[in-house]
Amino acid sequence: MQSPAVTVNGQVVPLDGVAPHTTALDWLRGRGLLGCKEGCAEGECGACSVLVARPGVAAPTQWTALNACLLPIAALDGQELVTAEGLGTPAALHPVQREIAVRGGSQCGYCTPGFVCSMAAEYYRPDRAAAGPSTGRPGAAAEPDGHLHGPNGFDLHALSGNLCRCTGYRPLRDAAFALGEPPAEDPFAARRDAPPPPVAATRVVGGGAEFVRPADLPGALDLLAGRPGALVLAGSTDWGVDVNLRAARAALVVAVDRLPELRTLDVGPESVEIGAALTLTEVETLLAGRVPLLDELFPQFASRLIRNGATIGGNLGTGSPIGDTAPALLALDASVVLASPEGEREVPLADYHTGYRQSVRRPGELIRAVRIPLPQPRVVAFHKIAKRRFDDISSVAVGFGLDVEDGVVRRARIGLGGVAATPLRARATEAALVGRPWTEEMVRSAARVMAGEGTPLDDHRASAAYRSAMLGQALLRLHTQHRTPQEVGA
Amino acid sequence: MSALSERPADAVVGTAVPHESAVLHVTGTALYTDDLVHRTKDVLHAHPVQVPHAHARVRDLRTGPALRVPGVVRVLTAADVPGVNDAGVKHDEPLFPDEVMFHGHAVCWVLGETLEAARLGAAAVEVDVEPLPSLVSIRDAVEAGSFQGGQPTVRRGDVEAGLDASAHVFSGEFEFSGQEHFYLETHCALASVDESGQVFVQSSTQHPSETQEIVAHVLGLSNSEVTVQCLRMGGGFGGKEMQPHGLAAVAALGATLTGRPVRLRLDRTQDMTMTGKRHGFHARWRVGFDEDGRLQALDATLTSDGGWSLDLSEPVLARALCHVDNAYWIPHVRVNGRIARTHKTSQTAFRGFGGPQGMLVIEDVLGRCAPLLGLDAATLRQRNLYTAGRTTPYGQPVRHPERLARAWQQVLDSADFAARSAQVAAFNDASPHTKRGLAITPVKFGISFNLTAFNQGGALVHVYKDGSVLVNHGGTEMGQGLHTKMLQVAATTLGVPLGRVRLAPTRTDKVPNTSATAASSGADLNGAAVKNACEQIRGRLAQVAAERLGVAPADVRFTGGVVRGIAFASEQVPWEEVVRLAYFQRVQLSAAGFYRTEGLHWDSAAMQGEPFKYFSYGVAAAEVEVDGFTGAYTLRRADLVHDVGDSLSPLVDIGQIEGGFVQGVGWLTLEDLRWDESDGPGRGRLTTASASTYKLPSFSEVPEVLNVGLLADAAEEGAVYGSKAVGEPPLMLAFSVREALRQAAAAFGPPGTSVDLASPATPEAVFWALERARCTEGAHVDEGAPGVRPDQPDPGAPAVRPYSEQVQHVLSRT
Repeated sequence: MQSPAVTVNGQVVPLDGVAPHTTALDWLRGRGLLGCKEGCAEGECGACSVLVARPGVAAPTQWTALNACLLPIAALDGQELVTAEGLGTPAALHPVQREIAVRGGSQCGYCTPGFVCSMAAEYYRPDRAAAGPSTGRPGAAAEPDGHLHGPNGFDLHALSGNLCRCTGYRPLRDAAFALGEPPAEDPFAARRDAPPPPVAATRVVGGGAEFVRPADLPGALDLLAGRPGALVLAGSTDWGVDVNLRAARAALVVAVDRLPELRTLDVGPESVEIGAALTLTEVETLLAGRVPLLDELFPQFASRLIRNGATIGGNLGTGSPIGDTAPALLALDASVVLASPEGEREVPLADYHTGYRQSVRRPGELIRAVRIPLPQPRVVAFHKIAKRRFDDISSVAVGFGLDVEDGVVRRARIGLGGVAATPLRARATEAALVGRPWTEEMVRSAARVMAGEGTPLDDHRASAAYRSAMLGQALLRLHTQHRTPQEVGA
Repeated sequence: MSALSERPADAVVGTAVPHESAVLHVTGTALYTDDLVHRTKDVLHAHPVQVPHAHARVRDLRTGPALRVPGVVRVLTAADVPGVNDAGVKHDEPLFPDEVMFHGHAVCWVLGETLEAARLGAAAVEVDVEPLPSLVSIRDAVEAGSFQGGQPTVRRGDVEAGLDASAHVFSGEFEFSGQEHFYLETHCALASVDESGQVFVQSSTQHPSETQEIVAHVLGLSNSEVTVQCLRMGGGFGGKEMQPHGLAAVAALGATLTGRPVRLRLDRTQDMTMTGKRHGFHARWRVGFDEDGRLQALDATLTSDGGWSLDLSEPVLARALCHVDNAYWIPHVRVNGRIARTHKTSQTAFRGFGGPQGMLVIEDVLGRCAPLLGLDAATLRQRNLYTAGRTTPYGQPVRHPERLARAWQQVLDSADFAARSAQVAAFNDASPHTKRGLAITPVKFGISFNLTAFNQGGALVHVYKDGSVLVNHGGTEMGQGLHTKMLQVAATTLGVPLGRVRLAPTRTDKVPNTSATAASSGADLNGAAVKNACEQIRGRLAQVAAERLGVAPADVRFTGGVVRGIAFASEQVPWEEVVRLAYFQRVQLSAAGFYRTEGLHWDSAAMQGEPFKYFSYGVAAAEVEVDGFTGAYTLRRADLVHDVGDSLSPLVDIGQIEGGFVQGVGWLTLEDLRWDESDGPGRGRLTTASASTYKLPSFSEVPEVLNVGLLADAAEEGAVYGSKAVGEPPLMLAFSVREALRQAAAAFGPPGTSVDLASPATPEAVFWALERARCTEGAHVDEGAPGVRPDQPDPGAPAVRPYSEQVQHVLSRT
């Protein structure tokens, strides 16, 4: 094992002695890279956005924007990181920096370095220019938000995790849409064509605790078998919040987000199997429209900054009742593949959650993959109810997977989030639909059943009454959008 | 035209230049207060001990366990305060309290070698408290009669007679939320003691002079022994006008007691749970209209939620009362104000400073009453706009109402309002599940501090021997572009290129006794002071140049870095040469500038006078689309026209207009401050105390189409280079969005439906509004007498006359 180090703006910097809870943000600031700012310390504002060289899909390496406040610096051992300071200097501005500066895209300037990094990641997205102006990705559901895509292929969702309190965003939008193609001699553009930094097994000891990245799945399972109390870390978008806001600390952190066995995507005749450690962004790109329900979900799942780090397995592993993948995956009848030293077992997602942030996963067991059976339901939809369209936590989330033949509902799977201590299936509603005609009258009656699903609470996000109302409304809305169900390819 | 407003032909003001720090911002090299920590040795970190009770008495505070935590250096308590244990100017804000007044109130602070050590130390401090009864909601406070400060009334005419004579009388209630500033940079101070015992505090503060004053009185020092510097702020919005003082004082106290620099930076949760916000308000009102919908009388009582201490609540309330009329002529007015005392953070200044709250009341009244009057809201609003010769309810003539009319017409034209209204109606007819709304609303906002004494500014300008210029002024930079404008003013006045002028960070030892950078007045006050200082230097240089050029001093012109005579054929001398000549002739190349706004007077007991130098006008039209299934909506288009006079810096001004508008949209639609009002253990807790629960506007809230125009031909007589203030007024352009949402919700019901809309109008609030419209429930507006009667003020309430006015009163008698 090489001694741990991170390449920051081209310089190799040793990582000796850092504690597992030391964030990339604090570590960078401690090294004098003060452009990286703390605005919220929970991955909501993007003021700490930095660029990390990650494996790409359209090119070997992709510059990926991540929230430095959530990521332990130890998790970047062996990786390459670039900050706003590394992109350009006052004397030699980067094109992204120049566009923001001259268009009035900065006022107080505090969020600006983070915007620069998020915008630069999209500037360097290898398939950016290939995308049309009206939709971000071939195969995506037609999106009403045409104004969110620039003529240069820039997808404003790339900035959905960055908050600015001063400008009102219009000049930042103009700056993003004014960007051209990186010139050939641009070193960051050239870097995309070389392989990404290899993932090395890591052990960093500091602050009386250790951070370990095993080399492979057997190594991880062995380690967890011996230390079942260890904290399993994937994208750190959940634990990072606990570290910063609730002062969570762990004696041993075991990083599983780069385990090769957890990073495959297999499309077979009977199922699509998604490796648990693939990030939401990677899943979106690799699926390339094969799972339409997930395509509806992705733009509504947190922000691009979070999706770049958060893994699909992690979203299930936290067991949160308001994670957005669970309702969608329940509608797809998905199951979870759990690995342990004894082997693998497959658990239907509908049976996975057992209580608030609790599941059937045993200590030492890891989610290896998520399996979606084929064919998929033909009528699918993902409805997220939240205060803000970009980057908000669901008050209610509903995934629909229905098959309607000859005007009769043959099969129904409805996944719900935000209305109980766990994600759950709307089984009473499913029963009220199946075998019955897909008519307004029947749907209205089923919607009344659906409004009674779960046990929603009053909280700061929504009232219980609104949550219940939204369940019923979701079904009514689905019906108006699918009065005559179209064939939806699986 | 006055000398102050006259603009030379080739002025640097008026050119669209980027923010002076833009290049530093984008490269991550602009420094903020907390960045200085990394350049300072041996810094101690401060962490608060916050008590999780809405109201409680501190019976015992045991700091011993904290001192046993490795790395903890000291715990600061009330016993350590050598001066006055108070963080405010009203002496009702103990810095180290023995009574917890809100959930999360800090009772002491722990200093540690690292932030982690200080945090662990704070967790180890043992606080015994006796919980006391608490008032959390404004309604609870009203019911309990819990008020603080004065209870002023703005009065004109005979409101009862006006209501009696009205063809239509309506009455109702309206309660609406405040707003968290959510400056991206949280509060921060870094204090140290220099070799002579002087205290130096770097603070993220909009009001360095007051920070200096509070630090001095807490430490028992004179003001001259304390220096406060503010490099720049990562946003302020009013939240750093009063709130930084106590935090700076804690850091300074720690520095004096330990001899080491002390850093105090609040994390986001601490910032949101400990510092004040925009006041939420409750209003009860009666309003009378004539047959044609012309306002006849308004009787209202506004109660603001002041939180636990007065802070700036009185002036905020005064401004609210002075803006209830917004842009509308109301013959008979009685508007009472009072400040509820609740167990919450002490609410404070926030962009608009009560103005938005006052204006929101009348806009809500008009929005709810228009359908009841059988008028569309745009017609009702236009019909009531101020016209020539009218005065405000507090007696100030409304100057330039024709600009308001012009802005209104410009928006109608540029937004294609009539045709798009028809399109919206046609869309709504054809669309059962989605409805649109298009609304237009005006803004009239008074510029100047209500309190006359604050309307002064200072500057210190140096010209060095090489011709370079260094400007100091009393204003602070929080992103609003003040420094950019000041550089442009200095370059214009001295006739040098922008690049010759540099600006130094704001420091109390350069320009003393400054007013807060607030009330949108930063450029007006400091710009005039910078101009004054530059004019003094220019006058001296003109003498030198006159001799050199052989012309009269009055005929010397400074422009573009050269100095020349007035004649076309005049010889030209480089600026640098004139400066050099002046130095050798022993001419002073430095000047202190000063400005006081002329023509203001205000009697805050009678709530009458002319407190404002001028009014800033704006008009906005907004179109929204609402989903009937969920209440979710999108902002399809906004057209804004705003009056900034003759702009000092158009790129900066447009940024202020757009940013203010979107921030206003956030306040009115999205940003949801929720306090735990239950009787459970969390009572009084702010439940939306983080970025994940308190949602700011993001890219998804930007209008798909956003057109912004500056009102043409609007040069303002008597303001620096003909410009107008711009910081606050555009926030209120966002009323158009709220009213468009109301209209879209109403479209789910039968024609003529009046809709109550909660504020913020979150998707949930819009859903319930449109559900009521669908059920033809109508708004909760009473028609006719007696209706809802506003409470009248307590005659026993303390006087609102501030100290400075008492001084003036005494002086005028002697």
